[in-house]
Amino acid sequence: MSVPRMTRRRFLRRAALPTIAASLGLGEPRLSAAAAAVASITVLPAQGPGAIPVALTVNGRVYELRIEPRVTLLDTLRERLALTGTKKGCDQGTCGACTVLVDGRRTNACLTLAVMVQGKAVTTIEGLADGNRLHPMQAAFIEHDGFQCGYCTPGQILSAVALLSEKRPTDEASVREWMSGNICRCGAYPNIVAAVRSVAGQNA
Amino acid sequence: MNAFRYAQAHDAASALATMASDPGAAYIAGGTNVVDLMKDDVVRPTLLVDITRLPMRGIDTLPDGGVRLGALATMSEVADHAAVAARFPAVAQSLLLSASPQLRNMATIGGNVMQRTRCAYFRDVSQACNKRVPGSGCAAISGVNRQHAVVGGSKQCICTHPSDLAVALLSADAIVHVRGRSGDRAIPIDRFHVLPGTTPQRETVLERGDLITAVELPATASARTSFYLKVRDRASYEFALVSVAASLDVRAGTVRAARLALGGVAPIPWRSHDGERALVGKPANAGTFAAAAQAATRGMRGYGQNDFKIALAQRAIVRALSQVGAPS
Ligand SMILES: Cc1cc2nc3c(=O)[nH]c(=O)nc-3n(C[C@H](O)[C@H](O)[C@H](O)COP(=O)(O)OP(=O)(O)OC[C@H]3O[C@@H](n4cnc5c(N)ncnc54)[C@H](O)[C@@H]3O)c2cc1C
Ligand code: FES
Ligand code: FES
Repeated sequence: MSVPRMTRRRFLRRAALPTIAASLGLGEPRLSAAAAAVASITVLPAQGPGAIPVALTVNGRVYELRIEPRVTLLDTLRERLALTGTKKGCDQGTCGACTVLVDGRRTNACLTLAVMVQGKAVTTIEGLADGNRLHPMQAAFIEHDGFQCGYCTPGQILSAVALLSEKRPTDEASVREWMSGNICRCGAYPNIVAAVRSVAGQNA
Repeated sequence: MNAFRYAQAHDAASALATMASDPGAAYIAGGTNVVDLMKDDVVRPTLLVDITRLPMRGIDTLPDGGVRLGALATMSEVADHAAVAARFPAVAQSLLLSASPQLRNMATIGGNVMQRTRCAYFRDVSQACNKRVPGSGCAAISGVNRQHAVVGGSKQCICTHPSDLAVALLSADAIVHVRGRSGDRAIPIDRFHVLPGTTPQRETVLERGDLITAVELPATASARTSFYLKVRDRASYEFALVSVAASLDVRAGTVRAARLALGGVAPIPWRSHDGERALVGKPANAGTFAAAAQAATRGMRGYGQNDFKIALAQRAIVRALSQVGAPS
Protein backbone atom coordinates (compact mmCIF):
# COMPACT_ATOMS: atom_id res chain seq x y z
CA MET A 1 0.00 0.00 0.00
CA SER A 2 2.97 2.30 0.51
CA VAL A 3 3.80 2.09 -3.18
CA PRO A 4 3.41 5.38 -5.10
CA ARG A 5 0.53 4.89 -7.51
CA MET A 6 0.37 5.82 -11.13
CA THR A 7 -3.13 6.15 -12.52
CA ARG A 8 -4.10 3.71 -15.22
CA ARG A 9 -4.70 6.48 -17.73
CA ARG A 10 -1.35 8.11 -17.08
CA PHE A 11 0.36 4.78 -17.39
CA LEU A 12 -1.37 3.92 -20.66
CA ARG A 13 -0.50 7.31 -22.09
CA ARG A 14 3.14 7.02 -21.17
CA ALA A 15 3.47 3.45 -22.36
CA ALA A 16 1.45 3.74 -25.55
CA LEU A 17 2.79 6.85 -27.23
CA PRO A 18 6.15 5.62 -28.48
CA THR A 19 4.70 2.36 -29.80
CA ILE A 20 1.86 4.05 -31.65
CA ALA A 21 4.32 6.45 -33.20
CA ALA A 22 6.54 3.54 -34.19
CA SER A 23 3.71 1.66 -35.82
CA LEU A 24 2.56 4.74 -37.72
CA GLY A 25 6.09 5.28 -38.93
CA LEU A 26 5.79 1.94 -40.70
CA GLY A 27 2.73 3.04 -42.61
CA GLU A 28 4.57 4.40 -45.64
CA PRO A 29 3.23 4.09 -49.24
CA ARG A 30 3.98 0.52 -50.34
CA LEU A 31 1.92 -1.30 -47.67
CA SER A 32 -1.06 -3.34 -48.83
CA ALA A 33 -4.49 -2.18 -47.70
CA ALA A 34 -4.73 -4.99 -45.14
CA ALA A 35 -1.28 -4.29 -43.76
CA ALA A 36 -2.02 -0.58 -43.60
CA ALA A 37 -5.22 -1.33 -41.71
CA VAL A 38 -3.22 -3.39 -39.21
CA ALA A 39 -0.47 -0.78 -38.96
CA SER A 40 -3.01 1.88 -38.06
CA ILE A 41 -4.28 -0.29 -35.19
CA THR A 42 -2.71 0.44 -31.87
CA VAL A 43 0.17 -1.70 -30.78
CA LEU A 44 -0.73 -2.49 -27.19
CA PRO A 45 1.09 -0.68 -24.40
CA ALA A 46 3.47 -3.12 -22.76
CA GLN A 47 4.69 -3.10 -19.17
CA GLY A 48 7.88 -4.47 -17.70
CA PRO A 49 10.22 -6.26 -17.82
CA GLY A 50 11.01 -4.51 -14.53
CA ALA A 51 8.60 -4.26 -11.61
CA ILE A 52 5.16 -2.93 -12.49
CA PRO A 53 2.17 -2.02 -10.33
CA VAL A 54 -0.05 -5.04 -9.69
CA ALA A 55 -3.17 -4.98 -7.50
CA LEU A 56 -4.22 -8.34 -6.10
CA THR A 57 -7.33 -9.24 -4.14
CA VAL A 58 -6.50 -12.07 -1.78
CA ASN A 59 -8.92 -13.33 0.85
CA GLY A 60 -10.97 -10.16 0.46
CA ARG A 61 -8.07 -7.78 0.98
CA VAL A 62 -6.54 -5.64 -1.76
CA TYR A 63 -2.75 -5.56 -1.98
CA GLU A 64 -0.97 -3.03 -4.19
CA LEU A 65 2.43 -4.32 -5.12
CA ARG A 66 5.25 -3.75 -7.56
CA ILE A 67 6.36 -7.01 -9.14
CA GLU A 68 7.86 -8.15 -12.41
CA PRO A 69 5.45 -9.67 -14.95
CA ARG A 70 7.28 -13.00 -14.67
CA VAL A 71 6.44 -13.53 -10.99
CA THR A 72 3.91 -16.30 -10.37
CA LEU A 73 0.91 -16.00 -8.10
CA LEU A 74 2.44 -18.73 -5.94
CA ASP A 75 5.69 -16.82 -5.35
CA THR A 76 3.77 -13.60 -4.78
CA LEU A 77 1.59 -15.18 -2.12
CA ARG A 78 4.49 -16.80 -0.33
CA GLU A 79 7.34 -14.32 -0.76
CA ARG A 80 5.56 -10.97 -0.89
CA LEU A 81 2.35 -11.45 1.07
CA ALA A 82 3.74 -13.94 3.61
CA LEU A 83 0.79 -16.21 2.93
CA THR A 84 2.84 -19.38 3.17
CA GLY A 85 -0.12 -21.72 3.57
CA THR A 86 -0.07 -22.22 -0.19
CA LYS A 87 2.71 -24.74 -0.85
CA LYS A 88 5.23 -25.19 -3.63
CA GLY A 89 5.68 -28.85 -4.51
CA CYS A 90 6.71 -29.23 -8.13
CA ASP A 91 6.36 -25.68 -9.49
CA GLN A 92 5.22 -27.17 -12.82
CA GLY A 93 1.57 -28.09 -12.48
CA THR A 94 2.07 -31.74 -11.61
CA CYS A 95 1.23 -31.94 -7.89
CA GLY A 96 -1.56 -29.56 -6.83
CA ALA A 97 0.16 -28.35 -3.62
CA CYS A 98 -0.25 -24.77 -4.85
CA THR A 99 -4.03 -25.02 -5.42
CA VAL A 100 -5.92 -21.80 -4.68
CA LEU A 101 -9.34 -20.54 -5.77
CA VAL A 102 -9.48 -17.80 -8.40
CA ASP A 103 -13.01 -16.41 -8.66
CA GLY A 104 -14.06 -19.62 -6.93
CA ARG A 105 -12.34 -21.94 -9.42
CA ARG A 106 -9.50 -24.19 -8.35
CA THR A 107 -6.28 -23.11 -9.98
CA ASN A 108 -2.58 -24.02 -9.87
CA ALA A 109 -0.91 -20.87 -8.53
CA CYS A 110 2.51 -22.05 -9.76
CA LEU A 111 1.46 -21.73 -13.43
CA THR A 112 -0.44 -18.48 -12.93
CA LEU A 113 1.25 -15.12 -13.48
CA ALA A 114 0.24 -12.71 -10.72
CA VAL A 115 -0.21 -9.89 -13.22
CA MET A 116 -2.95 -11.92 -14.92
CA VAL A 117 -5.22 -12.32 -11.86
CA GLN A 118 -5.72 -8.61 -11.26
CA GLY A 119 -9.40 -7.90 -10.77
CA LYS A 120 -10.09 -11.49 -9.71
CA ALA A 121 -10.72 -12.78 -6.20
CA VAL A 122 -8.04 -15.16 -4.92
CA THR A 123 -8.82 -17.41 -1.95
CA THR A 124 -6.02 -19.22 -0.14
CA ILE A 125 -6.15 -21.60 2.80
CA GLU A 126 -5.66 -18.60 5.11
CA GLY A 127 -8.98 -17.18 3.87
CA LEU A 128 -11.13 -20.25 4.39
CA ALA A 129 -11.90 -20.13 8.11
CA ASP A 130 -14.49 -17.72 9.46
CA GLY A 131 -12.48 -16.04 12.19
CA ASN A 132 -11.74 -18.83 14.66
CA ARG A 133 -14.38 -21.11 13.14
CA LEU A 134 -12.80 -23.60 10.78
CA HIS A 135 -14.36 -24.20 7.40
CA PRO A 136 -16.25 -27.54 7.52
CA MET A 137 -13.69 -29.05 5.13
CA GLN A 138 -10.82 -28.06 7.42
CA ALA A 139 -12.65 -29.56 10.38
CA ALA A 140 -13.33 -32.75 8.42
CA PHE A 141 -9.64 -33.18 7.52
CA ILE A 142 -8.80 -33.00 11.22
CA GLU A 143 -11.68 -35.27 12.19
CA HIS A 144 -10.73 -37.92 9.58
CA ASP A 145 -6.97 -37.50 9.99
CA GLY A 146 -6.70 -36.58 6.31
CA PHE A 147 -2.94 -35.94 6.33
CA GLN A 148 0.41 -37.02 7.69
CA CYS A 149 3.12 -34.43 7.00
CA GLY A 150 0.49 -31.86 5.97
CA TYR A 151 2.38 -30.44 3.02
CA CYS A 152 -0.29 -31.24 0.43
CA THR A 153 -3.15 -30.42 2.80
CA PRO A 154 -3.91 -26.76 1.98
CA GLY A 155 -4.14 -27.67 -1.70
CA GLN A 156 -6.23 -30.76 -0.94
CA ILE A 157 -8.67 -28.74 1.15
CA LEU A 158 -9.16 -25.99 -1.43
CA SER A 159 -9.55 -28.58 -4.16
CA ALA A 160 -12.13 -30.42 -2.05
CA VAL A 161 -14.07 -27.22 -1.39
CA ALA A 162 -14.15 -26.62 -5.16
CA LEU A 163 -15.19 -30.22 -5.86
CA LEU A 164 -18.32 -29.65 -3.78
CA SER A 165 -19.10 -26.22 -5.25
CA GLU A 166 -18.75 -27.77 -8.72
CA LYS A 167 -21.37 -30.33 -7.61
CA ARG A 168 -19.29 -33.33 -8.65
CA PRO A 169 -20.53 -36.80 -7.72
CA THR A 170 -19.27 -37.90 -4.32
CA ASP A 171 -19.14 -41.68 -4.50
CA GLU A 172 -15.67 -42.92 -3.60
CA ALA A 173 -14.40 -43.46 -7.17
CA SER A 174 -15.63 -40.03 -8.27
CA VAL A 175 -14.02 -38.27 -5.32
CA ARG A 176 -10.73 -39.98 -6.14
CA GLU A 177 -10.98 -38.92 -9.79
CA TRP A 178 -12.05 -35.35 -9.03
CA MET A 179 -9.30 -35.03 -6.39
CA SER A 180 -6.66 -36.51 -8.71
CA GLY A 181 -5.07 -33.11 -9.30
CA ASN A 182 -3.72 -33.23 -5.74
CA ILE A 183 -0.92 -35.67 -5.07
CA CYS A 184 -0.18 -36.79 -1.51
CA ARG A 185 3.31 -38.19 -1.06
CA CYS A 186 2.32 -39.56 2.34
CA GLY A 187 -0.51 -41.52 0.76
CA ALA A 188 -3.22 -40.23 3.06
CA TYR A 189 -5.77 -40.79 0.30
CA PRO A 190 -8.25 -43.07 2.13
CA ASN A 191 -8.66 -40.52 4.90
CA ILE A 192 -8.77 -37.57 2.49
CA VAL A 193 -11.57 -39.27 0.56
CA ALA A 194 -13.41 -39.96 3.82
CA ALA A 195 -13.09 -36.32 4.86
CA VAL A 196 -14.41 -35.02 1.56
CA ARG A 197 -17.31 -37.46 1.54
CA SER A 198 -18.27 -36.61 5.10
CA VAL A 199 -18.68 -32.94 4.21
CA ALA A 200 -20.64 -33.89 1.10
CA GLY A 201 -23.06 -35.87 3.29
CA GLN A 202 -23.34 -32.99 5.67
CA ASN A 203 -24.31 -30.67 2.83
CA ALA A 204 -26.77 -33.08 1.24
CA MET B 1 12.65 -17.65 -16.48
CA ASN B 2 13.78 -14.74 -18.65
CA ALA B 3 12.41 -11.27 -17.98
CA PHE B 4 9.74 -10.15 -20.44
CA ARG B 5 7.29 -7.36 -21.16
CA TYR B 6 3.57 -7.90 -20.71
CA ALA B 7 0.62 -6.49 -22.64
CA GLN B 8 -3.07 -7.13 -22.19
CA ALA B 9 -5.18 -7.31 -25.34
CA HIS B 10 -8.80 -6.15 -25.53
CA ASP B 11 -9.37 -6.70 -29.23
CA ALA B 12 -7.93 -9.13 -31.74
CA ALA B 13 -6.60 -6.47 -34.12
CA SER B 14 -4.29 -4.90 -31.58
CA ALA B 15 -3.22 -8.34 -30.35
CA LEU B 16 -2.14 -9.15 -33.92
CA ALA B 17 -0.42 -5.79 -34.36
CA THR B 18 1.44 -6.24 -31.09
CA MET B 19 2.62 -9.71 -32.08
CA ALA B 20 3.90 -8.22 -35.33
CA SER B 21 5.71 -5.43 -33.48
CA ASP B 22 8.10 -7.79 -31.67
CA PRO B 23 9.56 -10.97 -33.22
CA GLY B 24 10.00 -12.41 -29.72
CA ALA B 25 6.36 -11.93 -28.70
CA ALA B 26 4.06 -14.84 -27.81
CA TYR B 27 0.43 -15.17 -26.83
CA ILE B 28 -0.53 -16.37 -23.38
CA ALA B 29 -3.97 -17.82 -22.62
CA GLY B 30 -4.28 -20.25 -19.68
CA GLY B 31 -0.50 -20.21 -19.35
CA THR B 32 -0.33 -23.88 -18.32
CA ASN B 33 2.04 -24.73 -21.14
CA VAL B 34 3.85 -21.52 -21.92
CA VAL B 35 4.64 -20.58 -18.30
CA ASP B 36 5.83 -24.11 -17.61
CA LEU B 37 8.19 -24.04 -20.61
CA MET B 38 9.41 -20.53 -19.73
CA LYS B 39 10.44 -21.70 -16.28
CA ASP B 40 12.78 -24.21 -17.89
CA ASP B 41 14.05 -21.70 -20.49
CA VAL B 42 12.67 -23.91 -23.28
CA VAL B 43 10.89 -20.84 -24.64
CA ARG B 44 12.01 -17.28 -23.87
CA PRO B 45 9.45 -14.77 -25.16
CA THR B 46 10.45 -11.13 -24.89
CA LEU B 47 6.81 -10.00 -24.74
CA LEU B 48 3.72 -11.88 -23.58
CA VAL B 49 0.45 -10.79 -25.15
CA ASP B 50 -2.32 -11.75 -22.72
CA ILE B 51 -5.37 -12.70 -24.80
CA THR B 52 -7.58 -13.83 -21.93
CA ARG B 53 -9.77 -10.70 -22.03
CA LEU B 54 -10.64 -11.08 -25.71
CA PRO B 55 -14.32 -11.84 -26.30
CA MET B 56 -13.89 -15.39 -27.56
CA ARG B 57 -14.81 -17.57 -24.61
CA GLY B 58 -18.38 -18.50 -25.56
CA ILE B 59 -19.64 -21.98 -26.40
CA ASP B 60 -22.42 -21.66 -28.96
CA THR B 61 -24.72 -24.38 -30.19
CA LEU B 62 -25.33 -24.12 -33.91
CA PRO B 63 -28.79 -24.64 -35.43
CA ASP B 64 -27.63 -27.55 -37.62
CA GLY B 65 -26.46 -29.56 -34.60
CA GLY B 66 -22.88 -28.36 -34.44
CA VAL B 67 -21.16 -26.50 -31.62
CA ARG B 68 -18.69 -23.61 -31.82
CA LEU B 69 -16.08 -23.47 -29.06
CA GLY B 70 -14.51 -20.07 -28.45
CA ALA B 71 -10.72 -20.39 -28.37
CA LEU B 72 -10.69 -19.11 -24.77
CA ALA B 73 -13.32 -21.52 -23.49
CA THR B 74 -11.60 -23.58 -20.82
CA MET B 75 -11.26 -27.34 -20.98
CA SER B 76 -13.59 -27.52 -17.93
CA GLU B 77 -16.26 -25.36 -19.52
CA VAL B 78 -16.30 -27.42 -22.70
CA ALA B 79 -16.26 -30.76 -20.85
CA ASP B 80 -19.18 -29.62 -18.67
CA HIS B 81 -21.25 -28.32 -21.60
CA ALA B 82 -24.35 -30.48 -22.09
CA ALA B 83 -24.51 -30.08 -25.88
CA VAL B 84 -20.86 -31.05 -26.30
CA ALA B 85 -21.32 -34.17 -24.18
CA ALA B 86 -24.49 -35.15 -26.05
CA ARG B 87 -23.40 -34.39 -29.61
CA PHE B 88 -19.64 -35.01 -29.39
CA PRO B 89 -19.05 -37.58 -26.64
CA ALA B 90 -15.43 -38.27 -27.64
CA VAL B 91 -14.59 -34.57 -27.30
CA ALA B 92 -16.05 -34.31 -23.80
CA GLN B 93 -14.44 -37.60 -22.76
CA SER B 94 -11.02 -36.58 -24.06
CA LEU B 95 -11.18 -33.43 -21.94
CA LEU B 96 -12.31 -35.20 -18.77
CA LEU B 97 -9.41 -37.63 -19.19
CA SER B 98 -6.88 -34.78 -19.56
CA ALA B 99 -4.64 -33.14 -16.98
CA SER B 100 -6.40 -32.32 -13.66
CA PRO B 101 -9.51 -30.37 -12.62
CA GLN B 102 -7.31 -27.40 -11.70
CA LEU B 103 -5.42 -27.39 -15.01
CA ARG B 104 -8.65 -27.83 -16.96
CA ASN B 105 -10.04 -24.71 -15.24
CA MET B 106 -7.08 -22.71 -16.55
CA ALA B 107 -6.27 -24.28 -19.91
CA THR B 108 -8.05 -23.11 -23.04
CA ILE B 109 -9.14 -24.86 -26.22
CA GLY B 110 -6.83 -22.73 -28.39
CA GLY B 111 -3.87 -23.34 -26.09
CA ASN B 112 -4.61 -27.04 -25.98
CA VAL B 113 -4.22 -27.63 -29.70
CA MET B 114 -1.08 -25.45 -29.68
CA GLN B 115 0.62 -27.16 -26.72
CA ARG B 116 4.17 -28.41 -27.25
CA THR B 117 5.44 -31.97 -26.92
CA ARG B 118 6.21 -33.42 -23.48
CA CYS B 119 9.42 -35.05 -24.83
CA ALA B 120 11.91 -34.90 -21.94
CA TYR B 121 14.73 -33.89 -24.30
CA PHE B 122 12.72 -31.01 -25.70
CA ARG B 123 12.04 -29.85 -22.15
CA ASP B 124 15.70 -30.07 -21.04
CA VAL B 125 17.88 -27.31 -22.52
CA SER B 126 21.06 -29.30 -21.84
CA GLN B 127 19.98 -31.96 -24.37
CA ALA B 128 20.06 -32.12 -28.15
CA CYS B 129 16.69 -31.37 -29.70
CA ASN B 130 16.05 -30.30 -33.29
CA LYS B 131 12.67 -28.89 -32.36
CA ARG B 132 14.14 -26.54 -29.74
CA VAL B 133 17.46 -25.85 -31.47
CA PRO B 134 17.27 -26.77 -35.17
CA GLY B 135 20.34 -28.76 -36.22
CA SER B 136 21.34 -29.82 -32.70
CA GLY B 137 20.23 -33.44 -33.15
CA CYS B 138 17.59 -35.68 -31.58
CA ALA B 139 18.61 -37.26 -28.29
CA ALA B 140 15.47 -39.39 -28.18
CA ILE B 141 16.19 -41.57 -31.20
CA SER B 142 19.00 -43.37 -29.35
CA GLY B 143 17.86 -42.34 -25.88
CA VAL B 144 15.00 -43.02 -23.51
CA ASN B 145 12.17 -43.28 -26.01
CA ARG B 146 9.42 -45.20 -24.28
CA GLN B 147 7.02 -42.25 -24.76
CA HIS B 148 7.99 -41.59 -28.36
CA ALA B 149 6.45 -41.97 -31.79
CA VAL B 150 5.98 -45.20 -33.72
CA VAL B 151 4.69 -43.47 -36.85
CA GLY B 152 5.11 -40.08 -38.52
CA GLY B 153 8.52 -39.33 -37.04
CA SER B 154 11.63 -38.43 -39.01
CA LYS B 155 15.40 -38.64 -38.59
CA GLN B 156 15.10 -35.21 -36.99
CA CYS B 157 12.31 -35.81 -34.47
CA ILE B 158 10.27 -38.69 -33.01
CA CYS B 159 8.29 -36.80 -30.38
CA THR B 160 4.62 -37.40 -29.67
CA HIS B 161 1.89 -34.78 -29.61
CA PRO B 162 0.41 -34.62 -26.12
CA SER B 163 -3.10 -33.29 -26.75
CA ASP B 164 -6.01 -35.63 -26.07
CA LEU B 165 -8.51 -33.07 -27.31
CA ALA B 166 -6.86 -32.77 -30.73
CA VAL B 167 -7.22 -36.53 -31.26
CA ALA B 168 -10.93 -36.34 -30.44
CA LEU B 169 -11.28 -33.30 -32.72
CA LEU B 170 -10.01 -35.47 -35.60
CA SER B 171 -12.89 -37.86 -35.00
CA ALA B 172 -15.30 -34.92 -35.21
CA ASP B 173 -13.97 -33.25 -38.40
CA ALA B 174 -13.39 -30.09 -36.36
CA ILE B 175 -12.50 -26.81 -38.03
CA VAL B 176 -10.01 -24.36 -36.51
CA HIS B 177 -10.92 -20.73 -37.11
CA VAL B 178 -7.92 -18.43 -37.31
CA ARG B 179 -7.45 -14.71 -37.61
CA GLY B 180 -4.23 -13.53 -39.22
CA ARG B 181 -2.82 -10.29 -40.52
CA SER B 182 -4.40 -10.91 -43.91
CA GLY B 183 -7.80 -11.92 -42.62
CA ASP B 184 -9.75 -14.92 -41.33
CA ARG B 185 -9.42 -18.52 -42.45
CA ALA B 186 -10.81 -21.91 -41.51
CA ILE B 187 -8.46 -24.89 -41.25
CA PRO B 188 -9.72 -28.47 -41.00
CA ILE B 189 -8.11 -30.05 -37.93
CA ASP B 190 -6.53 -32.83 -40.01
CA ARG B 191 -4.56 -30.18 -41.90
CA PHE B 192 -3.69 -28.09 -38.84
CA HIS B 193 -0.69 -29.97 -37.39
CA VAL B 194 2.28 -30.81 -39.62
CA LEU B 195 4.76 -33.69 -39.50
CA PRO B 196 8.30 -32.86 -38.36
CA GLY B 197 10.15 -33.90 -41.55
CA THR B 198 13.30 -31.80 -41.70
CA THR B 199 11.70 -28.84 -39.86
CA PRO B 200 10.51 -30.16 -36.50
CA GLN B 201 10.42 -26.62 -35.12
CA ARG B 202 7.34 -26.05 -37.29
CA GLU B 203 4.34 -27.77 -35.71
CA THR B 204 1.23 -26.29 -37.30
CA VAL B 205 0.25 -24.45 -40.49
CA LEU B 206 -0.19 -21.23 -38.50
CA GLU B 207 2.02 -18.26 -39.30
CA ARG B 208 3.63 -16.42 -36.39
CA GLY B 209 1.05 -14.18 -34.78
CA ASP B 210 -1.99 -16.02 -36.12
CA LEU B 211 -4.73 -16.09 -33.50
CA ILE B 212 -7.06 -19.04 -33.07
CA THR B 213 -10.52 -17.57 -32.47
CA ALA B 214 -12.68 -20.71 -32.30
CA VAL B 215 -12.85 -24.44 -32.91
CA GLU B 216 -16.01 -25.53 -34.66
CA LEU B 217 -17.54 -28.97 -34.27
CA PRO B 218 -19.77 -29.51 -37.30
CA ALA B 219 -22.74 -31.86 -37.18
CA THR B 220 -21.59 -35.07 -38.88
CA ALA B 221 -23.19 -38.46 -39.36
CA SER B 222 -20.90 -40.22 -36.91
CA ALA B 223 -19.90 -37.69 -34.25
CA ARG B 224 -22.79 -38.55 -31.90
CA THR B 225 -21.61 -42.13 -31.73
CA SER B 226 -18.01 -41.50 -30.75
CA PHE B 227 -15.77 -42.69 -27.96
CA TYR B 228 -12.38 -41.72 -26.55
CA LEU B 229 -10.15 -44.35 -24.96
CA LYS B 230 -6.97 -43.35 -23.16
CA VAL B 231 -4.33 -45.82 -21.96
CA ARG B 232 -1.72 -44.46 -19.56
CA ASP B 233 0.71 -45.37 -16.78
CA ARG B 234 -1.64 -44.32 -13.99
CA ALA B 235 -5.38 -43.98 -13.66
CA SER B 236 -5.56 -40.18 -13.85
CA TYR B 237 -3.53 -36.95 -14.24
CA GLU B 238 -1.23 -38.49 -16.84
CA PHE B 239 -0.58 -38.18 -20.56
CA ALA B 240 -1.52 -41.00 -22.93
CA LEU B 241 0.77 -43.85 -23.90
CA VAL B 242 -1.80 -44.59 -26.58
CA SER B 243 -5.25 -43.15 -27.11
CA VAL B 244 -8.00 -43.74 -29.64
CA ALA B 245 -10.86 -41.56 -30.80
CA ALA B 246 -13.37 -43.48 -32.85
CA SER B 247 -16.65 -42.41 -34.37
CA LEU B 248 -18.89 -44.66 -36.41
CA ASP B 249 -22.12 -44.27 -38.33
CA VAL B 250 -23.56 -47.78 -38.42
CA ARG B 251 -26.81 -48.47 -40.28
CA ALA B 252 -28.41 -51.89 -40.52
CA GLY B 253 -25.21 -53.41 -39.21
CA THR B 254 -23.00 -51.80 -41.84
CA VAL B 255 -20.45 -49.05 -41.22
CA ARG B 256 -21.45 -46.08 -43.39
CA ALA B 257 -18.91 -43.57 -42.11
CA ALA B 258 -15.93 -43.82 -39.76
CA ARG B 259 -13.29 -41.67 -38.18
CA LEU B 260 -10.33 -43.26 -36.46
CA ALA B 261 -7.63 -41.20 -34.76
CA LEU B 262 -4.76 -42.08 -32.46
CA GLY B 263 -2.86 -40.19 -29.78
CA GLY B 264 0.51 -40.94 -28.21
CA VAL B 265 1.86 -42.60 -31.35
CA ALA B 266 2.96 -39.74 -33.62
CA PRO B 267 4.37 -36.19 -33.58
CA ILE B 268 0.89 -35.00 -34.55
CA PRO B 269 -2.59 -36.15 -33.58
CA TRP B 270 -2.77 -39.09 -35.97
CA ARG B 271 -5.72 -39.72 -38.24
CA SER B 272 -5.69 -43.20 -39.73
CA HIS B 273 -7.21 -43.08 -43.20
CA ASP B 274 -6.14 -46.71 -43.69
CA GLY B 275 -8.06 -47.74 -40.60
CA GLU B 276 -11.12 -45.80 -41.74
CA ARG B 277 -11.03 -47.44 -45.18
CA ALA B 278 -10.95 -50.85 -43.53
CA LEU B 279 -14.20 -49.99 -41.74
CA VAL B 280 -16.42 -48.28 -44.30
CA GLY B 281 -18.83 -50.59 -46.09
CA LYS B 282 -18.02 -53.50 -43.78
CA PRO B 283 -20.23 -55.17 -41.15
CA ALA B 284 -19.75 -53.63 -37.71
CA ASN B 285 -18.30 -56.71 -36.03
CA ALA B 286 -15.20 -57.97 -34.27
CA GLY B 287 -13.57 -59.19 -37.47
CA THR B 288 -13.87 -55.79 -39.11
CA PHE B 289 -12.55 -54.03 -36.03
CA ALA B 290 -9.52 -56.34 -35.87
CA ALA B 291 -8.83 -55.73 -39.56
CA ALA B 292 -9.07 -51.97 -38.99
CA ALA B 293 -6.58 -52.25 -36.12
CA GLN B 294 -4.17 -54.09 -38.40
CA ALA B 295 -4.60 -51.56 -41.18
CA ALA B 296 -4.17 -48.61 -38.83
CA THR B 297 -0.89 -49.89 -37.41
CA ARG B 298 0.68 -51.27 -40.61
CA GLY B 299 4.05 -49.63 -41.15
CA MET B 300 4.46 -48.52 -37.54
CA ARG B 301 7.89 -49.12 -36.06
CA GLY B 302 9.36 -48.62 -32.64
CA TYR B 303 12.75 -47.45 -31.42
CA GLY B 304 13.25 -50.14 -28.79
CA GLN B 305 11.58 -48.98 -25.62
CA ASN B 306 8.36 -47.97 -27.35
CA ASP B 307 7.82 -51.11 -29.47
CA PHE B 308 4.98 -52.09 -27.14
CA LYS B 309 2.90 -49.18 -28.40
CA ILE B 310 2.07 -50.97 -31.64
CA ALA B 311 0.34 -53.94 -30.02
CA LEU B 312 -1.18 -51.60 -27.45
CA ALA B 313 -2.59 -49.41 -30.22
CA GLN B 314 -4.12 -52.43 -31.97
CA ARG B 315 -5.89 -53.57 -28.82
CA ALA B 316 -7.00 -50.07 -27.94
CA ILE B 317 -8.46 -49.60 -31.43
CA VAL B 318 -10.45 -52.84 -31.17
CA ARG B 319 -11.73 -51.88 -27.75
CA ALA B 320 -12.72 -48.35 -28.80
CA LEU B 321 -14.47 -49.56 -31.96
CA SER B 322 -16.30 -52.30 -30.05
CA GLN B 323 -17.47 -49.71 -27.54
CA VAL B 324 -18.84 -47.35 -30.16
CA GLY B 325 -19.95 -49.86 -32.79
CA ALA B 326 -21.59 -52.42 -30.54
CA PRO B 327 -24.95 -53.41 -32.06
CA SER B 328 -27.62 -51.81 -29.88
C1 LIG C 1 0.88 -31.50 -15.38
C2 LIG C 1 0.17 -31.36 -16.68
C3 LIG C 1 -0.59 -32.42 -17.17
C4 LIG C 1 -1.26 -32.30 -18.39
N1 LIG C 1 -1.97 -33.37 -18.87
C5 LIG C 1 -2.59 -33.26 -20.08
C6 LIG C 1 -3.31 -34.36 -20.63
O1 LIG C 1 -3.42 -35.41 -20.01
N2 LIG C 1 -3.88 -34.20 -21.85
C7 LIG C 1 -3.79 -33.03 -22.54
O2 LIG C 1 -4.35 -32.95 -23.64
N3 LIG C 1 -3.11 -31.99 -22.06
C8 LIG C 1 -2.51 -32.08 -20.84
N4 LIG C 1 -1.81 -31.02 -20.35
C9 LIG C 1 -1.57 -29.87 -21.21
C10 LIG C 1 -2.63 -28.82 -21.11
O3 LIG C 1 -3.85 -29.33 -21.60
C11 LIG C 1 -2.14 -27.63 -21.94
O4 LIG C 1 -1.05 -27.07 -21.26
C12 LIG C 1 -3.21 -26.59 -22.10
O5 LIG C 1 -4.32 -27.11 -22.81
C13 LIG C 1 -2.67 -25.37 -22.83
O6 LIG C 1 -3.67 -24.37 -22.85
P1 LIG C 1 -3.37 -22.92 -22.21
O7 LIG C 1 -4.57 -22.09 -22.46
O8 LIG C 1 -2.92 -23.05 -20.81
O9 LIG C 1 -2.18 -22.50 -23.17
P2 LIG C 1 -0.97 -21.48 -22.95
O10 LIG C 1 0.06 -22.11 -22.09
O11 LIG C 1 -1.47 -20.15 -22.58
O12 LIG C 1 -0.44 -21.44 -24.45
C14 LIG C 1 0.11 -22.59 -25.08
C15 LIG C 1 0.59 -22.18 -26.47
O13 LIG C 1 -0.51 -21.87 -27.31
C16 LIG C 1 -0.41 -20.54 -27.80
N5 LIG C 1 -1.79 -20.05 -27.81
C17 LIG C 1 -2.67 -20.06 -26.78
N6 LIG C 1 -3.87 -19.63 -27.19
C18 LIG C 1 -3.76 -19.32 -28.50
C19 LIG C 1 -4.68 -18.83 -29.49
N7 LIG C 1 -5.96 -18.55 -29.20
N8 LIG C 1 -4.21 -18.63 -30.75
C20 LIG C 1 -2.92 -18.92 -31.08
N9 LIG C 1 -2.02 -19.39 -30.18
C21 LIG C 1 -2.43 -19.60 -28.91
C22 LIG C 1 0.52 -19.83 -26.86
O14 LIG C 1 1.22 -18.80 -27.50
C23 LIG C 1 1.47 -20.95 -26.46
O15 LIG C 1 2.45 -21.12 -27.44
C24 LIG C 1 -1.17 -31.10 -19.12
C25 LIG C 1 -0.44 -30.03 -18.61
C26 LIG C 1 0.22 -30.14 -17.41
C27 LIG C 1 1.01 -28.98 -16.89
S1 FES D 1 3.47 -26.56 -7.08
FE1 FES D 1 1.87 -26.10 -8.47
S2 FES D 1 1.19 -28.03 -9.09
FE2 FES D 1 2.95 -28.52 -7.91
S1 FES E 1 0.12 -35.39 3.97
FE1 FES E 1 2.20 -35.49 3.35
S2 FES E 1 2.04 -35.11 1.24
FE2 FES E 1 0.00 -35.36 1.80
